[in-house]
Amino acid sequence: MVQDKNFGSRLFDAVNILLLALIAIAMFIPFLHVVMTSFATVEELTRKPFLLIPTEYSLKAYEYILSTSTIFRALGVSVGITVGGTAISMVLTALMAYGLTRRDLDGRKAINLMIVFTMLFNGGLIPTFIVVKAMGLIDSYMALILPTAINAFNLIIMRSFFQNLPDGLEESAKIDGCNDFGILFRIVIPLSMPAIATISLFYAVTYWNNFFSAIMYLNDADKWPIQVLLRQIVIMASGLAADTSGMGDDFVKPPEQTIKMAVIVVSTLPILIAYPFLQKYFAKGALVGSIKG
Amino acid sequence: MNSSAVQQSAVTASNPSSSLMKRIIRNRYMYLMILPGLIYFIIFKYVPMWGLVISFQDYQPYKGILGSEWVGLKHFQRLFSEPEFWVIFKNTLVLFVFNILFYFPVPIILAVMLNEVSNAFFKRFVQTIIYIPHFISWVIIVSISFVMLTLDGGFINEMLQAMGFEKINFLMSPEWFHPMYIIQVIWREAGWGTIIYLAAMAAIDPGLYEAARMDGAGRFRQIWHITLPSIRSVIIVLLILRVGNVLDLSFEHVYLLLNSMNRNVAEILDTYVYTTGLKQGQFSYSTAVGFFKSFVGLALVMLSNRLAKKFGEEGVY
Repeated sequence: MVQDKNFGSRLFDAVNILLLALIAIAMFIPFLHVVMTSFATVEELTRKPFLLIPTEYSLKAYEYILSTSTIFRALGVSVGITVGGTAISMVLTALMAYGLTRRDLDGRKAINLMIVFTMLFNGGLIPTFIVVKAMGLIDSYMALILPTAINAFNLIIMRSFFQNLPDGLEESAKIDGCNDFGILFRIVIPLSMPAIATISLFYAVTYWNNFFSAIMYLNDADKWPIQVLLRQIVIMASGLAADTSGMGDDFVKPPEQTIKMAVIVVSTLPILIAYPFLQKYFAKGALVGSIKG
Repeated sequence: MNSSAVQQSAVTASNPSSSLMKRIIRNRYMYLMILPGLIYFIIFKYVPMWGLVISFQDYQPYKGILGSEWVGLKHFQRLFSEPEFWVIFKNTLVLFVFNILFYFPVPIILAVMLNEVSNAFFKRFVQTIIYIPHFISWVIIVSISFVMLTLDGGFINEMLQAMGFEKINFLMSPEWFHPMYIIQVIWREAGWGTIIYLAAMAAIDPGLYEAARMDGAGRFRQIWHITLPSIRSVIIVLLILRVGNVLDLSFEHVYLLLNSMNRNVAEILDTYVYTTGLKQGQFSYSTAVGFFKSFVGLALVMLSNRLAKKFGEEGVY
């Protein structure tokens, strides 16, 4: 691409880069707006809403959030579900994915087919609800973890990654007297850290963001994770949402704009913190399996 | 080949079942590893499929599936004769068509643009930013939209007012539901959607571009004649998957946007199943709706896959 830098080509590059920069900025501005507003003073906001830069900063909204037990508890619930759920999901996914790598395993094809079929067809909401209820999981945190513990797509990515490791490693480990569990934990997993980091991120984000399972399976408002509470505070308090049953009692009157913004920031923060560490892995990791399952 | 291997293959030939047992015993740890996952799929995926039978019953939770009365196609008959159902079915299809028309091409265009960037640092910078929204929950995406669009004090409406326009009640107007929905989908997913296309483009032989330049092709012609044809099969695979999800639109997203004012255009099959089933307790009827949805989805994947194969593409299976 070195030669042939004529005028048309340079113009193309300039316009292209400009457009991409604008798109990136446009996608990011709403987040910036929210963060900045959360630090503004209420007075300044009522005087004149602004786009990005407040003239005075205030931590009032955050002080308020951390002083309410409701939000604090909801954050704790979300952290617990995310950590516990990710651990359970990773163990189940890694074990099954590795178990399915051996080519001479009888029944392997049938099990693979069975997994793929669940991506095309499912029993749907009500039958799943009935199963979860029959297992006595209603109002238990396990209801937010077990029914979605394995994601078929993540499982397939993981399996492809394991399959692409050189066979020789396993054979030599076997000769050294390792059994299959030993091979998995001492050789395969240490070599698969990029894939494991990626899939863990995917699971963690799903658990952190999950809102649907909570409204389905948790009747007890004290157990709500942060996403459900956020919906109460921002969406329901605007009087717009589909149903208004079970408003949190801490929020009888619609909260100030700055408080809404601060809750949004607090519930997004963990992902924004984890993201840069894992970003270097996921583009690569996500592709291993997605091109051809 | 040593003698024991010969013996082994002789055994394999004469007695396949004992060698099957041998293989299973040899792989016992592998089966043990698969077992927990297998139990998961059976309990949480396959038992609910069996649970679909309640759409042929008048299911009573306290009687259970085995004790409830069988009523044949009653619920399906109700479904097809209910005018409300057809409105909801139409809403679902409209959302799907908008998705394909306005969302589907965006990641392709973005990926082509990114692919043309030669400065690796700038490319990574843009990618980093546009991937982020994918990791943000729908609750947060919708919340941010709400605080920006709300009538009093929302940033967008204040801007409109400052510029001398009328304020617009975006959140409560049926006519703003679709634009809002699509913009949010693009905001959240378009960046992430580029990954797979960029990977496909990375596999294109640079010699092709070289040759095209020799022939005097400009940048647009190179994109049109080399980049796009090279990712055609990826585009088709993703289109098939998208079509398969025709009725599987994001429940959470629509549910969060739904309100009493826009229900006529915003209620879709998933939200309808949720309200009639869990909120109103019509388990059998809403299961019938869900069954219909899953079935149509499956049929559409198979149909589009067959079409893709007819046009000489690989398809997804």
